[in-house]
Amino acid sequence: MPYIMLAPWIIGFLIFKLYPIIVSFYYSMLEYPILGEPEFVGLQNYAEILTKDQTFMKSLVATLKYVLIGTPAVVIVAFFVAFILNFKLKGVNFFRTAYYIPSILGGNVAVSILWTMLFSVNGPINIVLGVFGIEPVYWTTDPRFAVFTLIILKTWQFGSTMLIFLSALQGVSKSLYEAASLDGATKIRQLFSVTLPLVTPVVLFNAVNVLVKAFQEFNSAYLITKGGPNKTTYFLNLYIYDSAFKEGNYGYASALTWILLLIIGILTLILFKSSDKWVYYND
Amino acid sequence: MENQEYQKFSLNAVIRYVLLIAVGIILIYPLLWMIGSSFKENMDIFGNFSIFPPSGRVMTSNFSSAWNLTSKHSIWFYFGNTLKFLIPKTFFTVISCTLTAYVIARKKFRGQKFVFTAVIVTLLMPELAFRIPLYTLFTKAGLVNTYASLFIQDIFASSSFFIFMIIQFMRTIPKQLDEAAVIDGCNDLQILTKIIVPVIKPIIITVGLLCFMWGMNDFQGPLIYLTEPDKITLSMALKQLLDGDAQIVYGKIFAASCLALMPMIALFFAGSRYFVDGVANTGGKE
Repeated sequence: MPYIMLAPWIIGFLIFKLYPIIVSFYYSMLEYPILGEPEFVGLQNYAEILTKDQTFMKSLVATLKYVLIGTPAVVIVAFFVAFILNFKLKGVNFFRTAYYIPSILGGNVAVSILWTMLFSVNGPINIVLGVFGIEPVYWTTDPRFAVFTLIILKTWQFGSTMLIFLSALQGVSKSLYEAASLDGATKIRQLFSVTLPLVTPVVLFNAVNVLVKAFQEFNSAYLITKGGPNKTTYFLNLYIYDSAFKEGNYGYASALTWILLLIIGILTLILFKSSDKWVYYND
Repeated sequence: MENQEYQKFSLNAVIRYVLLIAVGIILIYPLLWMIGSSFKENMDIFGNFSIFPPSGRVMTSNFSSAWNLTSKHSIWFYFGNTLKFLIPKTFFTVISCTLTAYVIARKKFRGQKFVFTAVIVTLLMPELAFRIPLYTLFTKAGLVNTYASLFIQDIFASSSFFIFMIIQFMRTIPKQLDEAAVIDGCNDLQILTKIIVPVIKPIIITVGLLCFMWGMNDFQGPLIYLTEPDKITLSMALKQLLDGDAQIVYGKIFAASCLALMPMIALFFAGSRYFVDGVANTGGKE
């Protein structure tokens, strides 16, 4: 009986997970000529990507910038907001719901349109900055700023990360704070010596989650900056999309995918390995 | 003394409310600006940060032109296209993931450990890893330009995330419930539908809502699989509107964006009491 009920999952696992992974690795060793049948070339695609491909280098730099700035930004902002939402105040639930709204809209095209307009040269963001005497910024077309425009969008949508923090904060026992305050610890001291250590496991969980998703960012870069200017937001997922679905070069695109997966894997591993140093485990 | 204490408390509370409201304004302002701009003329949208259109130039006509989104079809037509895969996707996801989670969380069978590990590993695997081979597979199967290409996987419990979420929730329910049902002569399917499902209703609603909303936000899937102009989703139609002619009426685009986001916001408020907790619990119950 269990196996019958599990049958859909088993079929799904074989066809939609196991098969694609194996095939993807095989594809990554094929060369797809414009005409004719694909040809087996071993690791040549990988060699070409890592040694000759200028676009890959630019794309990698853009992706890493987005991920390595965006991930801490989201985690820190989400923690800060969860912290103030954890205040015992009337109506706090209203704020909790309101703060989550940007996140449910996610990568929706309407949000990308909104962002494009909001950050356009004479859009409201520049007008507000102008009040403080700041010259208009070309948010989406200046190579120095484009990636930050997308990072700000990502940070605006911290909702899920924040909710997970909030639930962890609510789990911190009150008696710990009482004990700390009896020992004369100030509120600030309590934050750094009681709250933060206790939620470090959740920081790790959130950081890994945000990191893995950020590496695969597509919508915002495709819709708002179109990978530009000068490829400063041409994230790897866009490059993979273009080489697979625009140029039909499945081999090269698969090799790119595997390199991206490897980078995600290595960075996740580093995060986990480093967790001995900074994550506090109760048991 | 007591009075001082009270004042200190209320000052604290004021600072906290100010903080909460300040953050709230930063978060909500863009959305209000979008709504306001959908009632504006082009000249009133840029160059200021006001939310409200100037009086006397309130352009409700933006909405009627947004309703007729393209020269061929109304916005409703494209929304309908979106629903053609979203409804089956949500339906199949909820059923197949609940069934799978039930077996993994509540039954004992050989290979259970392997199955659970496989769910966790695929949960961690970026979706990107599967995309190209699935595209060539679906091409061979003739699924390109069908809505089935966007939900066929969900018939087979392909979302490890949702399976995991439901498993986590089921673990909080005492197993004695199942055992009592067995004694009463229920079979597995009856236990699931009569005992478990009513108890885990909050998580089922959460999964359904999240699946629906994430599906609505998904852009890359439809972009890859739907290429015929009459099959495109609302998101794709919006994108084309923006890329379209030189004479862009921004108010119309904002109005269309508002209309596109409305179902999401409505669903969110309808289910928020369930899934704000649901999302929080995926991380909290580690």
